[in-house]
Amino acid sequence: MIRDITVGQYYPADSVLHRLDPRTKLVGTLLFIISVFLFRTIPGYAVATLFLGAIIWLSKIPLKFIFKGLKAIFVILIFTMFFNIIFTPGEVLWSWWVIRVTKEGLILAGRMAIRLIYLVIGSSLMTLTTTPNQLTDGLERLLRPLNKIHVPVHEISMMMSIALRFIPILLEETDKIMKAQIARGADFETGNIIQKAKNMIPLLVPLFISAFRRANDLALAMEARCYHGGEHRTQMKPLRYQGIDRLAYIVLFIYFAVAIAFRVLGI
Amino acid sequence: MGIIKALKLAFDYLKYDDDGNPTESYRAVNDVDLDIEEGEFIAILGHNGSGKSTLAKHINALLLPTEGTLWVDGTDTKQEPELWKLRKKAGMVFQNPDNQIIASVVEEDVGFGPENMGVPTEKIWKRVDESLKKTGMTAYRTHSPNRLSGGQKQRVAIAGVMAMRPKCIVLDEPTAMLDPVGRREVLDAVTELNRTEKVTVILITHYMEEVIRANRVYVMENGSIVLQGTPREVFSQVEKLKELRLDVPQVTLLGHELRKAGLDIPEGILTSDELKAALKSAMKDEKTGNLVLPDSGKGLAAPGAEDLSVQPGENGGRDDKPAMTLENVNYVYSEGTAFEVKALNDINLEIPNGQFIGIIGHTGSGKSTLIQHLNALIKPTSGVIRYKGEDIWAEKYNRKALRSEVGLAFQYPEYQLFESDVLSDVCFGPMNQGLSREEAEVEAKKALLQVGFKEKRFLRSPFELSGGQKKRAAIAGVLAMNPKILILDEPTAGLDPRGRDDILDQIALLHKERGITVILVSHSMEDIARYAERLIVMNEGKVVYDDTPEKVFTHYSELESMGLSAPQVTYILHDLKDSGLKVDTSAGTVEDARDEILRALTGTGAGDAALTGGGEK
Repeated sequence: MIRDITVGQYYPADSVLHRLDPRTKLVGTLLFIISVFLFRTIPGYAVATLFLGAIIWLSKIPLKFIFKGLKAIFVILIFTMFFNIIFTPGEVLWSWWVIRVTKEGLILAGRMAIRLIYLVIGSSLMTLTTTPNQLTDGLERLLRPLNKIHVPVHEISMMMSIALRFIPILLEETDKIMKAQIARGADFETGNIIQKAKNMIPLLVPLFISAFRRANDLALAMEARCYHGGEHRTQMKPLRYQGIDRLAYIVLFIYFAVAIAFRVLGI
Repeated sequence: MGIIKALKLAFDYLKYDDDGNPTESYRAVNDVDLDIEEGEFIAILGHNGSGKSTLAKHINALLLPTEGTLWVDGTDTKQEPELWKLRKKAGMVFQNPDNQIIASVVEEDVGFGPENMGVPTEKIWKRVDESLKKTGMTAYRTHSPNRLSGGQKQRVAIAGVMAMRPKCIVLDEPTAMLDPVGRREVLDAVTELNRTEKVTVILITHYMEEVIRANRVYVMENGSIVLQGTPREVFSQVEKLKELRLDVPQVTLLGHELRKAGLDIPEGILTSDELKAALKSAMKDEKTGNLVLPDSGKGLAAPGAEDLSVQPGENGGRDDKPAMTLENVNYVYSEGTAFEVKALNDINLEIPNGQFIGIIGHTGSGKSTLIQHLNALIKPTSGVIRYKGEDIWAEKYNRKALRSEVGLAFQYPEYQLFESDVLSDVCFGPMNQGLSREEAEVEAKKALLQVGFKEKRFLRSPFELSGGQKKRAAIAGVLAMNPKILILDEPTAGLDPRGRDDILDQIALLHKERGITVILVSHSMEDIARYAERLIVMNEGKVVYDDTPEKVFTHYSELESMGLSAPQVTYILHDLKDSGLKVDTSAGTVEDARDEILRALTGTGAGDAALTGGGEK
């Protein structure tokens, strides 16, 4: 299940999308998500689909890979669709016992499904084409104005990138400790919820201790390498907008203008 | 003044109560004087807890002295308000390769130091390029550190320090968590930097072989420097080093033993060539007739080790029926994906009761996968594993019961401790077997005493213990389940030489007392040669050799092509044989080699006897 989630995974390839500045992609994703909620009609969705299709084609990421990410939201999708279909009042098309399928329900469910799917594809396209580090860099730069109201933007982004680096290490460690405790007769599978939670103690205690030990080590290592906060720090890979970003922003704003126009005109 | 100078340096660790007032103090470094010239290669030796890491942290200004003064490149560390300015002069590499890499891409990690120092972007790139080149990591610059081997990760860490262009680099046990290949990689990189870049190197370690390259060696004990000099001067004092819980390279020990036996060999032999030359001149002037052949095992690094190893056929409780058999076992990771790896390839093994088996192989050879098959943590992709004749993956087989018969202690078992006191933690296994707390405690106490754990520490928190004690507690946790087969994956990783010998002696004793099968996974041929009666060598998922250690060591050149090596004495004996001495080359321990050389020199048992005598102890 966890492995199916493609949001947050990076797919290495050499495409226009990969080369874009992370800030462009962040802003772009945000605008796209808003646009999906602005559109309400079939021509509108057609525009969004066209845009998304073009982006997927530009990203050089295999379709299979993108659709795999949808597996994780499949259950949520079915669930919301089901409840939308049966609980929306309106023109009854088909009914059985207390279940009533309405025309409005179907339309709402369809709209919901499209929005949810586009939202997931849109955001996973961003993470698939952007390394986690670029992403945190991008966020740091975009949120820099918040520094003025004393939000520790640099520290937050540093924490995020360290967290990303340690996720695979801690996952591996979890696996190791789990196996070691199974070898000592621990049981992580049977029993009711309370029992299961209790059985997790031999896994969680060593994991937490290990995480603290690592945090301590890492803090020392960072200090030893002259880390002293975000001030006077230079960057090895500073973010600079290129010509391609300018082009991307133009395309994005045109697309967004179309979305607003559709909404205002009620198409 | 040298690059690093310390005068009467002392440091106290303080313990605080809840209100933040200091309650206890512990002196970790005491009255240390250092004077290190630029460009030197310095080694600091000492057992765990001798204060060497605390001293190292002073050089990097991570700690400031309680008393005395330390100067880094002429600056008193206590007088510098911006400590990071000192840290760029004296960089530091730590023990755990995972916990010091900050970025998710190799080159970005190397650039982290310069970024912090405020180096302009173009210059960062230049520095990163240079550092990666110097450590031989250029080919991996866009890789994720998670995909690298331990040795490569440490080289990235060294590159990260080099990018800061320090005058001095302090390495705090950089090889303690690596396998022999990684260890060599890291040491070569460091030696190269010292030689070509003239960087001052301060290497902290307890591997004696690494110290030979140093210009000067300091030995620490209880926070003070107790011995110092050139490697030769220090290693001349074998007995003194043993008192300090350290050991010397096998070749030095062999020279020392031969000297004790009456040969005219100088103390402080550092290489096999030196020993050869010394032996040659000794043979010339000495009448070999008055040599005394010492009793086996007398006065060696691990007295009693000899008595503990059980020879095949000696153990009365052993039956001939194999306890466990593996038939054509294959295991494939991530089958059907691009990441498919064949971890085990057609493994056939028989494991009889009561054997002491060593398994060796470099990282990724499949040895960890193999041992996890033995207690059903991993299901083979194909093939059959039988315990007492029954297929352990048969539908109704009780694998939980199997796991208590086949105990497995993973590498760094101390990281699995979780209870508030040691006794409860050891009780976890037996209680999972269905014993009551009282019954479990009986088993736990028995197991703890058998691994040499002191009774007064039974109710201590496992997290307050030293590394060696933690390992003992963790091994007891497996032992308390009364396994018939005990598998230990690198039980001595990270321990100092004495701690390592203590644990291994304890395991050998356990093997004898309980009559159980012991499977010891190790990187150290020396350890295996001393304890195991059977050695299984794994490479690329296959069993390459499965024989007595002596026989396996005769394939030393093949072992080398697999990134392994025979014990150092094997090489020495081969060298001696090549230069004309009639020795049998199969000895794997210093004691055997000494006896063999003496026998060859005195002429007794030469010829046929020497050829068949290898297996005898």
